[in-house]
Amino acid sequence: MAVRAVVWRSYYQDSMILMRIAESLRALPGVREAAVLMGTPANHELLAAAGLATPETKAATPGDLVLAVAASTDAEAQAALDAAKGLFDARRREREATGRILPRTLESALRQLPDANLVSISVPGAYAKFEAMRGLRRGLHVFLFSDNVSLADEVELKQVAVRRRLLCMGPDCGTAYLNGVGLGFANVVARGRVGCVAASGTGLQAVASRLAALGEGVSHGIGVGGRDLSAEVDGAMTKLALEALAADPTTEAVILISKPPAASVLPGLEATIRKVGKPIVVSCLGAAARGDGSARWVTTLEDAADAAVALLDGRSWAPRAFSDPVAVRTRLARLRADTTRRGAGLLGLYTGGTLAHEARLLLEPLLGPIASNVGAGGEAGPHRILDLGADEFTVGRLHPMLDPEGRAARVREAGRSAGVGVVLVDLVLGRGVHADPARPLAAAIEDARRAAAADGRSLLVVASVVGTERDPQGLGAQVGALEAAGAEMVPSNAQAARFAALALNPSLEAELLGDAR
Amino acid sequence: MALSIEAANREALERLCRARPMWTAVRLARDAMGLGGQALLHAGPPIEWERMCGPMRGAVIGAVLYEGWAATPADAERLAASGEIRFDPCHSRGAVGPMAGVISPSTPVIVVEDPVNGTAAYTFIADGPWGHQLRFGAHGRETLAGLAWIRDIVAPAFEAVLEREGPVDLASLMAQALSMGDEMHMRNAAATGLLARALAAPLVAAVPDAARLEAIMRFLTRDNDQFFLGWAMCAAKAAALSIEGIAGSTVVSTMARNGVEFGIRVAGLGDEWFTGPASVVAGLYFPGFAAGDANRDIGDSAIMETCGLGGMAMAASPAVQRIVGAKSFAEAVSTTRSMAEICVGSNPRFALAPLNGQGTPTGIDIRKVVQAGIVPPINTAIAHREAGRMIGAGISTPPLEPFVNALVAFGKRYAA
Amino acid sequence: MSVEQLLGQPLRVINLGLELFARELETDGVPVVHVDWRPPAGDPSVAALLARLEDDAEESAG
Repeated sequence: MAVRAVVWRSYYQDSMILMRIAESLRALPGVREAAVLMGTPANHELLAAAGLATPETKAATPGDLVLAVAASTDAEAQAALDAAKGLFDARRREREATGRILPRTLESALRQLPDANLVSISVPGAYAKFEAMRGLRRGLHVFLFSDNVSLADEVELKQVAVRRRLLCMGPDCGTAYLNGVGLGFANVVARGRVGCVAASGTGLQAVASRLAALGEGVSHGIGVGGRDLSAEVDGAMTKLALEALAADPTTEAVILISKPPAASVLPGLEATIRKVGKPIVVSCLGAAARGDGSARWVTTLEDAADAAVALLDGRSWAPRAFSDPVAVRTRLARLRADTTRRGAGLLGLYTGGTLAHEARLLLEPLLGPIASNVGAGGEAGPHRILDLGADEFTVGRLHPMLDPEGRAARVREAGRSAGVGVVLVDLVLGRGVHADPARPLAAAIEDARRAAAADGRSLLVVASVVGTERDPQGLGAQVGALEAAGAEMVPSNAQAARFAALALNPSLEAELLGDAR
Repeated sequence: MALSIEAANREALERLCRARPMWTAVRLARDAMGLGGQALLHAGPPIEWERMCGPMRGAVIGAVLYEGWAATPADAERLAASGEIRFDPCHSRGAVGPMAGVISPSTPVIVVEDPVNGTAAYTFIADGPWGHQLRFGAHGRETLAGLAWIRDIVAPAFEAVLEREGPVDLASLMAQALSMGDEMHMRNAAATGLLARALAAPLVAAVPDAARLEAIMRFLTRDNDQFFLGWAMCAAKAAALSIEGIAGSTVVSTMARNGVEFGIRVAGLGDEWFTGPASVVAGLYFPGFAAGDANRDIGDSAIMETCGLGGMAMAASPAVQRIVGAKSFAEAVSTTRSMAEICVGSNPRFALAPLNGQGTPTGIDIRKVVQAGIVPPINTAIAHREAGRMIGAGISTPPLEPFVNALVAFGKRYAA
Repeated sequence: MSVEQLLGQPLRVINLGLELFARELETDGVPVVHVDWRPPAGDPSVAALLARLEDDAEESAG
């Protein structure tokens, strides 16, 4: 095994481009591992862990680009490094061929587009606040995709934004829709009558996709970031966004998706909700319905979309555990016919944080305590739900919605783990995310089920997909790929969680299925 | 903050743009600048004999011999190493020196005054075009004889011309040359021609001896397209001097190299230097020479880039890209365009025809340099490490650290 | 421009960071300028210093 590395001083590229180049290096003959990343402290740890650290890489500073390759032979490693240089050169030539000179700063970009009205920021978190503040000070609305921005900085940004009646969507805002345009990770949906205010990206994606499935659409989807309803931020953006949707003539109903608001935020939030003057549905994950009846409170993302459409149509609406309970009963019967031994534990492997959170909140009352990195509490036991997009899993690597390999590896691992009986997964489609996320997941599901079978066990994989037919990946194709791999496909995340619970605990049937036949 | 950086920088830009440098006199450095005793000025940021590179040591030896402070190169070297010679940067005395940039008290210097900003700048009359030149570190008999001839024949002739005709307006000459394809650092062919044209008739009138006149005219015109560089540098220095000490300004007042370090000074930070290692110049070499022969980047000629010319104004000069090895004229144009990223504004007097008359980028702001990660490219000659001659030309990319360190110092002084 | 005005207007975007997002907006026909952004001196403390050394002049404008 030969390891070779070079460091290019002061050479910055965005992480997605680096990942693509690393991917193509891994496909070269003899290459075992390849890293193309900036020399940040976290990345130095990754290099060391991957056996790619060399005296050259150790000298790299955060502004330097590190290219490191492990290959069977020295010549192959060198060839991969040469190939990397070729790929970067090709990129540069391609860019130069356009004849456009890219500005280096927000200020000079504004000279090219003087009437810009929004700045989209996805730079590393340590720098994001400064760029966002620059944008706000120049009167620009901000879409702040970056994470790892401190709460104090968020408060400061949003105070400036509110003072100038500007949107500061985020930090850690994955998705937004403004005037029919999707920002960040966005499903392709039609414009419609429902305005959304959402703490999270996947929550908004799930609601927008569900609205699309119902034949409805989004007027605007304003992201606010997961901490907006904390005591410190005091709902600054949520309130501003609700006021804006109240005034917007294209919005006829409003959905608010969030985590439970801090107690100190609730009175002010409710006062704003009362003033919206349009039908409004609130889904605060984990918060009991409350309020004075000015809003319809629901518990799941799916219900939020369903309730909003019902309100728009003047229909009555009540939550249901399953959209097709008869079909569920049939599938359960089929599963029970297979008497192969199956583990008692549930493992949720999520790429969408809000979806993971929703699953945990639905499942704890049904299955008991669940260890998790989303939501509070949770104790070690047979059941576990992980949000793989959380900071602790994305240090030095891309979000799992962009790079599906990390989760695929965990799915395979679950196949070898005797205690895991049910794997619960999401799959999030849309623009900006991986081009074909079902493929690596399907391959992993097949491998995991095969590994379990080889061990005399069966492994149930329950999956739901957030997406639309118009998404670049195509909802039907992605669902089909997972189904073909042996996954139980369920129409929504909430229903998938309930289905998983039923598979593990038949005694829940009465509660979840009633007398459906 | 109470002090407005933007206002200070606008003032700096205004002063750089309104400068009207005039060539007013030729004098010995001793008389013009009060350079006395055993003192030598050199290019770039401060440096002691021990750390000086080959070309600068060679030039110091040459200057010591020229002044008669020692009789042999070996003695000159001992004297230089003894600590008895005081070394200062040219920039600390309002002067600039190309390449090694060594100025001694008896060196004749041209005096460029800017009546608008009230500044005066100095540089020596570069020797050449004969083979080995002091500024590249040569100090042989031919070099020393050339220096004496400049002192005894050329300097008095120029002085006589200026006395008869009055000052030469360098600002308008440079604006004209810029429109004729000079970028004023590695190409001064047009400016040299314009200067020769301006001096020709007055020299005929001022120098009655025909042989002497012919020698001077040949010195001015023969095979030396870079003759004007010293005048251009002096004009730029006169402009840059006007911004030194503007409180609260983040505009670069000096960029210079001593062959070991690249250094900058900043308007709002006075005489403090911020340095980093001098770059290896990426360039083209004369036949018989290669990168291994090259000294690191050297000379005060980066005063041209400090004022938005040279590498900053590549778009002015389709001809220079071949000399310095730039890839294409399109690249030269985009280089100049990208300099807008790091400058306060542009100088309308120096209009660039290929950019639809847009002025040269002017007023390098250290904040913008650091934010954008763009350092000004410097067009430059390449000196041999030892041999006392020019071996090529190219583009040097200065290190970013001096700009970052200056920014940190600026923050300490103004925003602590 | 207040958020109420923004919601009635076509987006015009400056993109800092992932170039992918600029490309996606371009396919939607949204005017977008992508910034070839890089971390100032690779050091967040330098970025913080730069932020401190910006005048507040723009605060009143726009």
